[in-house]
Amino acid sequence: MIRLIAILVGLGFGAVALISFGFGAYTAATEEPVKHLPYEDPIDIDYSFDGPFGTWDKVQLQRGYKVYKEVCSACHGLKFVAFRNLAELGYDEAQVKAEAASWQVPGIAPNTGEAVSRSGTPTDYFPSPYPNAVAAAAANNNAIPPDLSLITKARHDGTNYVASLMVGYREPSAELLEEHPEAAPGPGLYHNVYFHNLNISMAPPLTGDGQVTFDDGTKATIEQMAKDVAAFLTWTAEPTMVKRKQTGWPVLFFLLFATILAYLSKKQIWAAAKPKKIKA
Amino acid sequence: MSFPWAKEYTPANGLSRFFDEKLPLPRLVYNAIGAGYPVPRNLNYMWNFGVLAGFFLVLQIVTGIVLAMHYAANAELAFATTEHIMRNVNWGWLMRYAHANGASFFFIVIYLHIFRGLFYSSYKAPREMIWLLGVVIFLLTMATAFMGYVLPWGQMSFWGAKVITGLFGAFPLVGEPIQIWLLGGYAPDNAALNRFFSLHFLLPFVIAGVVILHIWALHIPGSSNPTGVEVKSESDTVPFHPYYTAKDGFGLGVILIFFFAMVFFLPNALGHPDNYIEANPLSTPALILPEWYFYPFYAILRAFTMDFILPAKLWGVIAMFSSILIWFMLPWLDKSPVRSGHYRPLFRKFFLFGLIPTMAMLFFLGGRPAEEPYVMLSQIFTAYYFLHFLVILPIVSQIERPEPLPYSITDAVLGSDKKAVLGENTEPAV
Repeated sequence: MIRLIAILVGLGFGAVALISFGFGAYTAATEEPVKHLPYEDPIDIDYSFDGPFGTWDKVQLQRGYKVYKEVCSACHGLKFVAFRNLAELGYDEAQVKAEAASWQVPGIAPNTGEAVSRSGTPTDYFPSPYPNAVAAAAANNNAIPPDLSLITKARHDGTNYVASLMVGYREPSAELLEEHPEAAPGPGLYHNVYFHNLNISMAPPLTGDGQVTFDDGTKATIEQMAKDVAAFLTWTAEPTMVKRKQTGWPVLFFLLFATILAYLSKKQIWAAAKPKKIKA
Repeated sequence: MSFPWAKEYTPANGLSRFFDEKLPLPRLVYNAIGAGYPVPRNLNYMWNFGVLAGFFLVLQIVTGIVLAMHYAANAELAFATTEHIMRNVNWGWLMRYAHANGASFFFIVIYLHIFRGLFYSSYKAPREMIWLLGVVIFLLTMATAFMGYVLPWGQMSFWGAKVITGLFGAFPLVGEPIQIWLLGGYAPDNAALNRFFSLHFLLPFVIAGVVILHIWALHIPGSSNPTGVEVKSESDTVPFHPYYTAKDGFGLGVILIFFFAMVFFLPNALGHPDNYIEANPLSTPALILPEWYFYPFYAILRAFTMDFILPAKLWGVIAMFSSILIWFMLPWLDKSPVRSGHYRPLFRKFFLFGLIPTMAMLFFLGGRPAEEPYVMLSQIFTAYYFLHFLVILPIVSQIERPEPLPYSITDAVLGSDKKAVLGENTEPAV
């Protein structure tokens, strides 16, 4: 009885799924498939922190920090990073203090309690460029610039994506506009081949070589700045990444050793339980 | 219950004699997972996954308790405190990555454990209760994992919670009140986050309780084995300790190598980047996906696209829940007297070339966008999934002619029972 019911229920589910399939197949055969906008996959760039042995290139991170400070920070915050964290980029204590002091953060006047702006200390976090989301939207054609602390983890292939996005601004090609008339940039939008709907609200942030002057003498081409700021934002997204990879190796070596030992002891213990077959 | 030749616990010194009299906990452990539990001698490595699932449950509880010390279940703070754990808490990143990947590995070992049970028909008499409790554990684990994924309060957390609780809205009349009751509001917010945290903390201990029942029920008939032939004599078994503790120890080492390779080198590979964007009720992600371990059921949910008597969404919801609930019926659907798939030629073909590819495809399809050809493929495989358990399995068990079984486990392992090393109290089999 129970099996008869089961067979009927099974045939029921199967039939409904297959009816859905039939109508789906009919629709697929008779209707135009959805056309995706032809955005490009990010460029694959080599970084010092790639791979299981990767380490930070601190000079690069310092260059990237400078790009963030002088370009990105006009619109984007970095709310999960504190100035004290900059010590990890190779700055000494005095440099971290000086760097923190070069930023204005919201504070409270000690005597009156009024909201004021004061220079930062190492324990402060990077300030947001806007007092609130409404102000951010109002200043940016209703598109709120995202906080960049986690941006490279919040996108597929994030480091390459950020670097590519910086250099992806073009005029839309004639073929694209013919195929996808909806891809033409609307007012206040810019064509970017790496952005998923090809129209981004952010104006090209890196406009010319030498926009930032690097302290180590590296020539500040647009590609170089894009690459360095993407490296810096990879660090902000996961400052513990290199420590994580470096911790991993001893753990894996220990486990490999322990597993070999476990295998040998298993073999030895089982040797007693598996007597050789007696030959007839 | 145990076999008559099971070794008896003998307290070795005064302290253990004291305990054995007042609270025989050492005796319980000895009889449960020690030398006092005789286990078939022919278990293969597929029998490792029960112990491994237990290990990952403990790992999840330990890392989870540490994370809860630093996390704030508040919609304003949840995302920030998760990042606080990653950045400022000593070894917090390790705890969180171990917990997130630990959930994935928990599901990997549970799925393998279930598939072992399906292939060797471990659900058949006299082990129905073990199987039923196992399905309960699986359902509880799914609920726990779902609520855990909501806690970081990223975009996928929020929208996942919205979609999954929205499933209850598919039921006519009662659906919407149930959804509002579950969430404590019209959309996931502080009320939902708080209760999910509370339940996410509670359910693992409920799971641990059901696991104890699962093991208790296992110890009544004893473990099954790859031949599916019941234990006949002492030579069919070895004591759990040291034989299977050693074998499980090796298996644990192997899986931990994979686990820590993921934790240290690819910690986010199984997650979704959108969950590193803070929850925003005003911005819907392009593609809302659950965690990978729910993909087969998500594929089944989305396979029903036709309003056929009932609305398509309701079909999807009923099918998704049924796809697991039908497992409760398995012991009574598969009437073949032979347990092991090794001796069931027709069953084995449907299992290896039907169910396994179907599950693999449903895993793949659940993570794809709802477009063609993915939807059509998931409809075909969904149909097969139900037909396999509800139609093919009962019919195959009726018409199949099983291959000859070995006389006993010893017979299967050593070629002949007469050549077996026999215990003192056992007569050799004829």
